[in-house]
Amino acid sequence: MEVQKTALYNYHKNLGAKFVPFAGYEMPIQYKDGIVKEHISTRTHAGFFDVSHMGQFFLEGDETLIESLEKIIPADLKNLKINHSKYSFLLNNEGGIIDDLIITRTEKGFCIILNAACKENDIKQISQFLKKHHKHLLNNDLSLIALQGPKSVEILEKLISGVANLKFMTGNNFEYEGENLYVTRSGYTGEDGFEISISNTKVEKLIDYLISNEVKPIGLGARDTLRLEAGLCLYGHDLNEKINPVEANLKWAIAKKRKEVGGFNGWEKIKNLLANGSEKIRVGIKPDGKVIARENTKIFSPDNNEIGFVTSGTFGPSVNAPVAMGYVKSEFSEVGTSIQLEVRGKKYGGKISELPFYKKSYVK
Amino acid sequence: MSEKKFSKKHEWVSLDGDVATVGITKHATEMLGDIVFVEVPDAGKAVEKEGQAAVVESTKAASDVYSPISGEITEGNKAIADDPGSVNTDPEGTSWFFKLKIKDKGEYDSLMSKEEYDKFCKENPS
Repeated sequence: MEVQKTALYNYHKNLGAKFVPFAGYEMPIQYKDGIVKEHISTRTHAGFFDVSHMGQFFLEGDETLIESLEKIIPADLKNLKINHSKYSFLLNNEGGIIDDLIITRTEKGFCIILNAACKENDIKQISQFLKKHHKHLLNNDLSLIALQGPKSVEILEKLISGVANLKFMTGNNFEYEGENLYVTRSGYTGEDGFEISISNTKVEKLIDYLISNEVKPIGLGARDTLRLEAGLCLYGHDLNEKINPVEANLKWAIAKKRKEVGGFNGWEKIKNLLANGSEKIRVGIKPDGKVIARENTKIFSPDNNEIGFVTSGTFGPSVNAPVAMGYVKSEFSEVGTSIQLEVRGKKYGGKISELPFYKKSYVK
Repeated sequence: MSEKKFSKKHEWVSLDGDVATVGITKHATEMLGDIVFVEVPDAGKAVEKEGQAAVVESTKAASDVYSPISGEITEGNKAIADDPGSVNTDPEGTSWFFKLKIKDKGEYDSLMSKEEYDKFCKENPS
C-alpha cells in the first residue's frame, strides 16, 4: 500500500518535522524542539497535533442505527445526547477490544473517531451490524487537529467564539472562514483542550493562527509521553483483540445499563468477569530508579515468579521519572505492590502505581 | 591528551597514555534526541572492540554504546547516569561515558579523524 500523507504534510516539513511511518501514514514524530520540550510546552502553554490520520467515520440513520451500533459498542447510545461524546470500544464475540474510540451523537446520527491503523477493519466490523438504509462515510476531506494545553481555551475562543462554553466530552458546530467546523472539548494528553474537525482546504489557515499564538507543533513522540502520563491506553500496545475491557481496567467505559442488560458482543464473558474479576489487569508501574521499562519488559514478583509484562513505557517529562503501564496477575495489582522489572537481563525494582501519573485538568 | 578519533557507530575516543576516554558524538545525540537514561560500565569490566559497553536511552528508544577499542574499564562516568540530560548538553566534553586501559594502540589509530567522520555522517544520513 502506498504511504499516505495528511493535508498538512508539507506544512510539517516546513516546520522541521522528522517523519516516521505510522499506521500507513508519514507522520511527524517530532519537530526541531524535540520530544521533551514539546511535551512541556503542551503542559504549560498549548500544543497542536495533526491527528488527521485517524478515521472520522460518520453514520446516519433512524432509531435502528442505535440498535445496530449497540451490538458492537457497549456505550449507552440511546441516552447519549446530541453533541455529547463517550469513550468506548468495538468488541468482538469474545469481548476483546477491536479498537478504542470516541463516539459523538450528531443531529443525524453519530461520528466515531477511529484509530488510523484499525479504521479499515473497524468499518468492516461495524458494517456487519448496519442495515441497508443506514448511511456511512469515512470522511477523508476533513483534517483533525487536537489543540491541547492550559492556554488552548483562551487561544481558540479568540478565533472561534463560543468554544469556551463547551464542557469536557461535548462538542458543537461553529463557523470559521465561511465554513462549518465541528469542535469537541476533548483530547488524549490529560490536558484541557479541543479536537477540531476542519476541511483540508482550511486547515493550514487554522494552523497559521495557532502558530502566531505560540502554539507549538507536537509530534507522535510527545503525544505518547503525554498520553502515558495521563494513564491513557494506546491501541496495539496496551489494548488489542485478545484483551477485554475488564482486563484493561476500563470497565468504567461500559455503560451501567449495558452491563446489566447486555446485548453486545462478548457480554456473557464480560458479565462473568465483572462479577468474578479477571486473571490479569492493566496497572500503572513506576520503576524505582531511572531505568526505563519499555514495551515487552517482563514483570516479576519479589520472589522471582513471572507475573506480567509491560505494554507501554517511557520517561515521563512532567513526572520527571520513568513511567509504564502493563498487565499483571490481579493479585499483584494493588497500588504500592513491589515488583521487579527485567531490563537487559537485569532485574530492577518497581512499584504498582496509581493512574494517571500526571493529574488531569479537564473542564467539567 | 591526543586528538579525538571517531567510530562508525558514533563514538569518540581520546587517548592519554594508555587510557582512552570514550563518549558518544554530538551527531549521535542529535539523532537520539532527549537522553533520559544512561548506564555506564563498572571498573574492571573487560570490553572488546565494537562490543557493547554502555546503554543510552532517549525518549524514543534504547541504544547500545559500543567500545571502539578493546581494554579494561577503569571508570564509568557516574555523573551522566545521575543526570542523563547532560549528555545532550556536552556530549564531547564533560559527558564522556567511560575510560578504559587499552591493549592495542593500533585500534585507536585505525579510527576516523574528525574530518573523515564528518564526511561519513554526511554520506550516511540517518
